[in-house]
Amino acid sequence: MGKVRVLVGTKKGAFILTADGKRQNWEVSGPHFAGWEMYHLKGSPVDPNRIYASQTSGWFGQVIQRSDDGGKTWGTPDGAPVPAPGEMPQGESNKFVYDGAVGTHKWYDGTQHPWEFKRIWHLEPSLTDPDIVYAGAEDAALFKTTNGGKSWQELSGLRSAKEHLWQPGAGGMGLHTILLDPTNPNRIFIAISAAGAFRTDDDGKTWRAINRGLKSLYELPDPDAEVGHCVHRIAMHPSRPNVLFMQKHWDVMRSDNAGELWTDVSGNLPSDFGFPIDVHAHEPETIYVVPIKSDSEHFPPEGKLRVYRSRTGGNEWEALTRGLPQANCYVNVLRDAMAVDSLESCGVYFGTTGGQVYCSADSGDSWNPIVRDLPAVYSVEVQTLP
Amino acid sequence: MIRVVLPYHLRTLARVEGEVQLDVTSPVTVRAILDALEARHPTLCGTIRDHGTLKRRPFVRFFVCKEDVSLEPPEYQLPDAVLSGAEPFLIVGAMAGG
Repeated sequence: MGKVRVLVGTKKGAFILTADGKRQNWEVSGPHFAGWEMYHLKGSPVDPNRIYASQTSGWFGQVIQRSDDGGKTWGTPDGAPVPAPGEMPQGESNKFVYDGAVGTHKWYDGTQHPWEFKRIWHLEPSLTDPDIVYAGAEDAALFKTTNGGKSWQELSGLRSAKEHLWQPGAGGMGLHTILLDPTNPNRIFIAISAAGAFRTDDDGKTWRAINRGLKSLYELPDPDAEVGHCVHRIAMHPSRPNVLFMQKHWDVMRSDNAGELWTDVSGNLPSDFGFPIDVHAHEPETIYVVPIKSDSEHFPPEGKLRVYRSRTGGNEWEALTRGLPQANCYVNVLRDAMAVDSLESCGVYFGTTGGQVYCSADSGDSWNPIVRDLPAVYSVEVQTLP
Repeated sequence: MIRVVLPYHLRTLARVEGEVQLDVTSPVTVRAILDALEARHPTLCGTIRDHGTLKRRPFVRFFVCKEDVSLEPPEYQLPDAVLSGAEPFLIVGAMAGG
């Protein structure tokens, strides 16, 4: 039957939720790293017991944690021995240094502003090697480790893609989406708020913007600008890596040619503003979004928490409401807070800023809360285990 | 023996309970204490002061003998009460919230 392990990052710690394949009875472990902001946790597809976590604090900065036993125990990856007298300590698993000359990006007042590392938003383990992980940073940059998180190097070619025109939105200039192409190890897609989507075809050496077709009528002076679009999330089904789905600030979009051109598939959604988007594990044309009223009002329209599902790859959407609050609900669902499992009956999960984590064991037809009262949920990932 | 008191989150990160006691060679400066602390607990690198620049993180404070020495230069030599272990070197997370 299999089982699932849900990795939840919250504003005040991490939680691990486990259940068998029925997904009815849950064990809750945590808080891990209590009191710290846990932006993201994700397991290696190759070695599911290898889990990486981004732990951050406004006081003490960035820490990377790693578990090699499925989240039972954790440690910083360097495992640094005490240095000999006169040697500098080797605690470098949280050392994220921009490569070469730091460079500048556009600041809120239109001037150029130097890059400043703030935190890691997203960790994406390699599809083939548990020691390789990509990390998305704020201020936007992509880092890579090849030694299990002991040290990190920036893939600085990304910032050659018109970095001077990137400008942070109100939520910060974070690199939040990293998609690895399972059929082409040299191809990676990333997305940045508020710069847009980018693609490399040479394993991160060079990058180019892939934002043609995006329109930002109220956010950019040139609605068709090459960069500057506030992409909130991109999703891909592993069987069709050239087909991408995007939740933009406004608009739900799709591309059938690896981002060369995007078309609007918002269709009959009650609002095309939102943050997460995900794809059914077994149906590449079935996608999920959570409409939010607007950029000014980050809560569901009419106070009704509704997941919307399209079985046609967009344009035609149906509201999924069974088990979700349909009155007086004013939570948000953040961009990294939705995931799907790959059990025979696909499970769909999402967490809210109100601290609920919901699970649907039937592809979204019905929902149940796994937990109701966690701190604000930043991220949800799920591992499908034998 | 220098006594160092860490804030709660750094105690859990470094997996220490209570104070940290360090042998620090003279002259005992703020920098020398932090060097010794990071050498003993490398996982604290980057959490009190930045990698590379070694500048104190903005919301971290250093207190000794009821004085805030956060704004003193790294070469600031600590008073005899700290050197003798009579008083600890406190690393504090700055107050936040309302």
